[in-house]
Amino acid sequence: MLEINNLHVKLEEDDKVILKGVNLKVEAGKVHAIMGPNGSGKSTLSYVLSGRDGYEVTDGSATLDGVELLEMEPEERAAAGLFLAFQYPVEIPGVGNMTFLRTAVNAQRKARGQEEMSAGEFLKVVREKAKALKIDAEMMKRPVNVGFSGGEKKRNEILQMAMLEPKMCILDETDSGLDVDAMKLVAEGVNALRDEGRAFLVITHYQRLLDHIKPDVVHIMADGRIVKTGGPELALEVENNGYAGILAEVL
Amino acid sequence: MAVAEAKRNAAEARLSALALPQGGWTGVARAEALARLRAMGLPGRRDEYWRYTDPATLVQAEAAHAALFDPQDEPMVFTSFDRVKVVFVDGVFDPAQSDDLEAAGVELLSRQTADIHWAQSLYGVLETRGQTPVQRPLAALNTAAATEGVLIRVTGKAAKPVSLIYLHKSETSDAILHHCVKLEEGAELTLLENGPAAARFNKVLEVEVADGARFHHIRTQGRDHERRAVTHIFARLGRESLFKSFTLTANGVLTRNEAVIELTGDDAVAHVAGAAVGDGDFHHDDTVFVTHAAERCESRQVFKKVLKNGAVGVFQGKILVKPGAQKTDGYQISQSLLLDDHSQFLAKPELEIYADDVKCSHGSTSGAIDETALYYLRSRGVPLRQAQSLLVLAFLAEAIQEIEDEALAEDIRSRLESWLARHGQ
Ligand SMILES: Nc1ncnc2c1ncn2[C@@H]1O[C@H](COP(=O)(O)OP(=O)(O)O)[C@@H](O)[C@H]1O
Ligand SMILES: [Mg+2]
Repeated sequence: MLEINNLHVKLEEDDKVILKGVNLKVEAGKVHAIMGPNGSGKSTLSYVLSGRDGYEVTDGSATLDGVELLEMEPEERAAAGLFLAFQYPVEIPGVGNMTFLRTAVNAQRKARGQEEMSAGEFLKVVREKAKALKIDAEMMKRPVNVGFSGGEKKRNEILQMAMLEPKMCILDETDSGLDVDAMKLVAEGVNALRDEGRAFLVITHYQRLLDHIKPDVVHIMADGRIVKTGGPELALEVENNGYAGILAEVL
Repeated sequence: MAVAEAKRNAAEARLSALALPQGGWTGVARAEALARLRAMGLPGRRDEYWRYTDPATLVQAEAAHAALFDPQDEPMVFTSFDRVKVVFVDGVFDPAQSDDLEAAGVELLSRQTADIHWAQSLYGVLETRGQTPVQRPLAALNTAAATEGVLIRVTGKAAKPVSLIYLHKSETSDAILHHCVKLEEGAELTLLENGPAAARFNKVLEVEVADGARFHHIRTQGRDHERRAVTHIFARLGRESLFKSFTLTANGVLTRNEAVIELTGDDAVAHVAGAAVGDGDFHHDDTVFVTHAAERCESRQVFKKVLKNGAVGVFQGKILVKPGAQKTDGYQISQSLLLDDHSQFLAKPELEIYADDVKCSHGSTSGAIDETALYYLRSRGVPLRQAQSLLVLAFLAEAIQEIEDEALAEDIRSRLESWLARHGQ
């Protein structure tokens, strides 16, 4: 589904190189986890895949079902089925959460040549999915993420994912700042979406989340590269011994 | 001395190009306005109050040429509302396109009916009060020279909004309109205004809002890119009365909107708001003066401007709290969204407070579109233009929220959306 080859990325503004040859292949139906120390380039990877400005790809490629992502506008990538749950969800004063969601859902449907969702149908679906994430009606009326707690923001990201039904979901530290109950809600939200045609790339620091969202493959990222790949046991190793051992072994 | 003389000469030159009406029940008010104008002269660039807006084209004897707008380009606002239509074409009342005014209690200034005592105590009266502490010579000119306008007195809740529609058909028209609106105790009226009006437009609206009365004013202006306008609203509010005015300005090479509001009865509420969107040759000036002269009154000034391609926005807003106006709650915000580096926003917010137990806040900001929010929207699949338009509307939302009637607010929103679509946002 997602294939990243030899991806090199630097900051547009200065010469700082952040990604130094990332290789990664995620098959449909699988859950991959990326772990790694702070500053290793995990968020940068997710931003570059989703099309954020400010980065320059100096080499390599990233394809979604064989189609080059890096040439596309962010909205085209979304329409192609890519979704990023942000580490730091963005506040948008003046734009209601419900309006935002409905605009996004219909924009993607339009881009795919599907009919727009009627207001009634949309409301029905969104209510059901919001309820599962314990997002109340009042939160839907408020401006996007404005005044939301850390946990509310993260649940709101998962709600967007549930509504947009992307095929490639990237979750960037969605567990950080969540208490155990909120994390369970988020994990349930993710698990509800797991199916044959969909893949997940879960960026996290903690084994905790991976207890709830069982990964098929775990990667360790350090200094802009994937330095080690293994099964779920790799996450346990990090949990028990930290990164030092692994990094010493590979560098 | 030389400056004052130049200003007086400008006034004489302007007056010589006008046919001043004589006599009638407005005769005395006009003569006084003429004297005021002759003493003040017309404004020049050197006047402090005109520091950010060059009045030359508003002042000069002849109106500059203004091309007509293709009406196909943009639908009119308010068309789906049940309203009493009063149509002026280039500043001249057009009975054929207007509704039955008599039935609606709307009188015309041009009829010069002698028995309108209530109007006699309003015509030019609030304008005169508004000449201190700041001079407003273009309003005095209006009082002296206007032959057209409406006179509306409301005693209960008006059945329908009165809708003033200003059509622009001549490329050189120079229109002067003067309206007087009086809301008696407990009355309620919604006044709508729209249309480009003329190549050059000078309009005064005097509004007396008696105790417990409610006045709603929603206007759209601009549309014809080359048209120039100077407008004044003079309002006086009685006890527990409400005054709410909202203006949408889209296009128009030059607009100066002054609002002069006096809260003279306790517990009165005055909100004045504006949303302006300009692309290119656009200069828009909101000049607001709110005077708190009674206790526990609330005033809000909410002005938002979206500027691109060299458009210029100006805000001069003042809250004056007089001695004894305790428990005043005054709020003022002026903000601009600059869509490029060529556009600019000039703001002069002022507070002058002579009472000790008041709450007043003001703020003014100028900024670009939030790139992170834009990326966030796009990452959810919202195309660039639509995302920009959503953010622009979000920026303007606080001003539009000042419209109480949700259907009218929606009409304004869709008008804005179509403007944004046409202007690549
Ligand atoms: N826009 C930016 N400006 C400056 N430095 C950046 C920027 N984006 C990322 N970096 C730097 O790149 C490195 C990787 O950051 P990031 O991708 O956020 O790492 P991670 O998510 O793994 O913690 C860090 O050293 C960070 O400071
Ligand atoms: Mg990160």
